Amino acid sequence: MNRYTWRTAILEGSMVLVGLLFLFPIYVLVILSLKAPGDQSAKLAPPLQPTLQNFSDAWQQGGLGGALMNSFIVTVVTVALTVVLAAAAAYPLSRLGTRWSRFTYLGFLAGLLLPAQLALLPLYQTIRDLGLLGTLAGVIIVNVGGGMPFSIFLYAGFMRALPAEYEEAAAVDGAHAFRTFWAVVFPLVQPITGTVIILTAVATWNDFLTPLLYLSGSDQQTITVAVYGFVGQYGAQWNLIFAGIIISILPILIAYFFMQKYIVQGFAGGLKG
Amino acid sequence: MAIDTAVRRNEAPPRKRRRYRGFAHSVWWFVLPAAALYVFAVVYPSVRGSLFAFTNWDGISQDPKWVGLDQFARIWSDPNGLTSVKNTLLIAFAVTVVQNVAGLLIALAVNSRIKSRDVLRVLIFAPVVITSIAVGFLWQNLFTPDGGINEALEAVGLGALRQNWLGDPDIAIWSIMVVVFWQFVGYSMVIFLAGLQGIPEEIIEAAAIDGAGPIRRFWAIVRPLLAPSITINVMLSLIGGLKLFDQVFIMTQGGPGGATNTISTLIYSNAFSLGRFGYAAALAVVLSIFVAVASIIQYRLLALQER
Repeated sequence: MNRYTWRTAILEGSMVLVGLLFLFPIYVLVILSLKAPGDQSAKLAPPLQPTLQNFSDAWQQGGLGGALMNSFIVTVVTVALTVVLAAAAAYPLSRLGTRWSRFTYLGFLAGLLLPAQLALLPLYQTIRDLGLLGTLAGVIIVNVGGGMPFSIFLYAGFMRALPAEYEEAAAVDGAHAFRTFWAVVFPLVQPITGTVIILTAVATWNDFLTPLLYLSGSDQQTITVAVYGFVGQYGAQWNLIFAGIIISILPILIAYFFMQKYIVQGFAGGLKG
Repeated sequence: MAIDTAVRRNEAPPRKRRRYRGFAHSVWWFVLPAAALYVFAVVYPSVRGSLFAFTNWDGISQDPKWVGLDQFARIWSDPNGLTSVKNTLLIAFAVTVVQNVAGLLIALAVNSRIKSRDVLRVLIFAPVVITSIAVGFLWQNLFTPDGGINEALEAVGLGALRQNWLGDPDIAIWSIMVVVFWQFVGYSMVIFLAGLQGIPEEIIEAAAIDGAGPIRRFWAIVRPLLAPSITINVMLSLIGGLKLFDQVFIMTQGGPGGATNTISTLIYSNAFSLGRFGYAAALAVVLSIFVAVASIIQYRLLALQER
């Protein structure tokens, strides 16, 4: 069972083939982005004279720098608020055994059953009436509110399994509930905080529909909406478009390759609840 | 939970009481900010959205009329409505089956002793972290008549299989599913991998010593222990498939001729291009029912397994 047999070799060969099939779209993405518009090389061949011109053009014409900054702000603020608010709410809900706390917890969980499409139109109107259309704040509020059910679900599950002794010790020492939470409980739930951060950050950075609704037409755009508008504007110039796409996914891919272990754990671990 | 509290109360009554009184006073301050945002962004608009489904509201007029179940009936009479429901269920079902079978096979393969397993894991999961917008545009280009897919088929001598992948109404929906599969099979793989790594090597080796072949070992030992991973994966792909929006919106806008509309893309076009808020809301209610039914079945299955 532990040896590398001819069966293993066959498996290895077929899996490498599968890997190459998976890589093919990325390969096309990269070679097209490196080709000048008039490049004469065959379609699927690497460029004869690779150029980075597409990247600097896309960066300037698409205003991608500002969009990346906006995506960064939206992601960081959304993640920070989600972590603090969800952890704080989950703490009493997982510790108190009262009817009200159970009712409230189920109320949050009900949100897991509601697809965002149901709230789409009325929420759009409310945000518009509040004058938050075209502002990052509007997107952040929608993100954080919508993220509460899943994050609270993750936190509450983790906190239930946590022994209460540390908190009791803190209470004996005279710490208030707030201080107990912040200084004792919050550091103890660090593993699940990691999961919440990763899942929320990836989902927020990649989100398209929410920023499309609330930011399109304004000068405040996130990277996904900017790329969408960019493609609409430069129609068939695929070399340019692909350079823009690479710029938009590079930050998250770099993060993925450097924190691969944690990110995969976050995705796999978040669901054991 | 309740037993837990009662036991602790018996142990040390005076201390306990002081702690819990302090706790109870401030408890709602902990919950309030989360609850306020949640009600604002989810509960209140969802309730209002459900109510719109029973009106003929166009999004602008001041006095929408109550029309009962007319908007729901319209889903069945509108060819786009019917197609979108069919497509949504087809995508959810097909993607769930293919993605989970393939995800499990890939997970088993990269959990073996092959040398390329670490590279393959990183590679196959990578599309999961890429935004659907990038994935959609990339594949839209690959699927054009002279795009990468047709060129590659030509290059390996399969030129006869060339298709207009997104332009042919009979094929487009399957092309979209290929993209969803490419993007998310790594997610299934990772969850199955986590499940596989939780199975002690000794059990499998013991079975091997007892003479169980690889298929028998998988079916009798690995599969039952993987049950929670299977449930979670099925759930994720089912709900993800039901809600599918980004990829369709980018690649086909529901076309050609409405052939690839999903419920989500039809909600968007009816609400934001056609001004049929009532109809869009009815579609959203139908989608919610599908998602809720899928979730409740999943919850039941998980509860059964954990017993």
